[in-house]
Amino acid sequence: MATLHTKNAARAMMAPAVIVLLIWMIVPLAMTLYFSTLNYTLYNPFSTPFVGFENYSYFLTDPTFLAALANTLILVIGVLAITVIGGVLIALLLDQEFYGVNIVRLMVIAPFFVMPTVAALVWKNMMMNPVYGVIGQMLSAIGLTPIDWMTEVPLLSIVIIVAWQWLPFATLILLTALQSLSSDQKEAAEMDGAGALSIFWYITLPHMSRAITVVILIQTIFLLSIYAEILVTTQGGPGAQSTNITYLVAQQATSYGDIGAASAGGIVAVILANIVAIFLVRLIGKNLDA
Amino acid sequence: MARKVTTGRKIGTTIFAWFVGLVIFFPILWTFLTSFKTELQAISIPPVFVGFDWTLENYRTIQTQSNYFHFMANSIYLSLGSTALGLIFAIPAAWAMAFSPTRRTKDVLLWMLSTKMLPAVGVLIPIYLLFVRFGLLDSRLGLIVVLFLINLPILVWMLYTYFKEIPGEILEAARMDGASLSKEITQVLAPMAVPGIASTVLLNVILSWNEAFWTLNLTTSNAAPLTAFIASFSSPQGNFYAKLSAASMLAIAPILIVGWFSQKQLVRGLTFGAVK
Repeated sequence: MATLHTKNAARAMMAPAVIVLLIWMIVPLAMTLYFSTLNYTLYNPFSTPFVGFENYSYFLTDPTFLAALANTLILVIGVLAITVIGGVLIALLLDQEFYGVNIVRLMVIAPFFVMPTVAALVWKNMMMNPVYGVIGQMLSAIGLTPIDWMTEVPLLSIVIIVAWQWLPFATLILLTALQSLSSDQKEAAEMDGAGALSIFWYITLPHMSRAITVVILIQTIFLLSIYAEILVTTQGGPGAQSTNITYLVAQQATSYGDIGAASAGGIVAVILANIVAIFLVRLIGKNLDA
Repeated sequence: MARKVTTGRKIGTTIFAWFVGLVIFFPILWTFLTSFKTELQAISIPPVFVGFDWTLENYRTIQTQSNYFHFMANSIYLSLGSTALGLIFAIPAAWAMAFSPTRRTKDVLLWMLSTKMLPAVGVLIPIYLLFVRFGLLDSRLGLIVVLFLINLPILVWMLYTYFKEIPGEILEAARMDGASLSKEITQVLAPMAVPGIASTVLLNVILSWNEAFWTLNLTTSNAAPLTAFIASFSSPQGNFYAKLSAASMLAIAPILIVGWFSQKQLVRGLTFGAVK
């Protein structure tokens, strides 16, 4: 059916989307790469001498960079651990028979639709405020001293907020995978005398493994660029305790006006994200053949 | 599951599941309740759950004092504008990939996916400078274009997975029966493509509505959507919990409702068809 005529038509139909994405990808990235070799600040934008790799050595040797890199990893791994383990457990729960399953399902997925700035502010003020926050009041009620989440454990606070936002995503995808598992297998295992735990370990979990991989990879892409949640809660502080790479790069540009260093940081972020992206593209590419 | 579950166990599961659901939902529920309190009741110790004088005062204040509708209108413009623009580019592309695939179709799809993985912060500086240069900073048009570009890969992918499920033979059958091209499109293809396009639109509207990197960095007031409006509450202004709650509810309610209706399609869209 694919004659020369239809092939040309197909190319013409794909061309606009491909061309705009190509421009979107190449032009800004090339500019970032170019700026990253200049001594370019907003305070003196008319003199931008070439400095080679100086911005990179400045950005990479800045102690804040190492802190931000560590924070980025803690943020990604912490949120992944909570959402994957929590997601598996909640998906198993929602797969059971109980009254009002649809309503509980709606409640569980709701946080995913809450915009990041709302989620962060609601948690910061109404949940985690040491005096008026619900968590603080609950702790006081049972005789414990409430902590000031945003200053005492800033990174943990952000992990909790972001995990709350992404838990529904993991749950929804894992539940979808779980519901495609035929009950025959489980019933056969039960007849052979397998306990609930070994059914979970040897049948359910392997069945969900691909969905878990997808959740991990897709979330990592988004979690590497957490920004709004930090901006409206801790602003990266105290010090750099809750600054991640994305926030650090944006800060270099918006607060310090250092376009050169920010661009170098941007390129570093691109390289980090690409390492993850390679795995994800391979996984989805494999699936495309199936 | 076809297995019989005893009533006792079912009730036990029910209690536990509702507890878990309520814990996860609690911040939203609490925001909802607080939005109907006075500022004093909002910070009362111990907190009150439902036994307070319900008032619409906060919603009125939000409407009159801050120009909430300005931000709301921007959110609507940005999400619908970027979605419409996206469909114009994505439908033909996905259509061609699904119905006349070539050897390179798969590579193009994966390449599109990889552009989505470019961290925004890597291209923030040039986009910002280009926006300044062309006077697009804080303009709706500029943001519509950016949102369109960041979501285009998802649009193409999602439409592609839907279109691929339309059997190609049905087109040939229609042609054999002497259907003209316009009839082929309006009476055969469109009815089958509409559900897929509709769920793609929903997902794209949700993603654009909640996007908070570009909208925060490229706007100040004129084109600022609800994400930026809410962020303006982050600076302490005394007791403002009830107003913050009302503003938050207004910002999330439309998309929460849309999201609840489209939860099934969401999985497919967000996993690029890897989990169905």
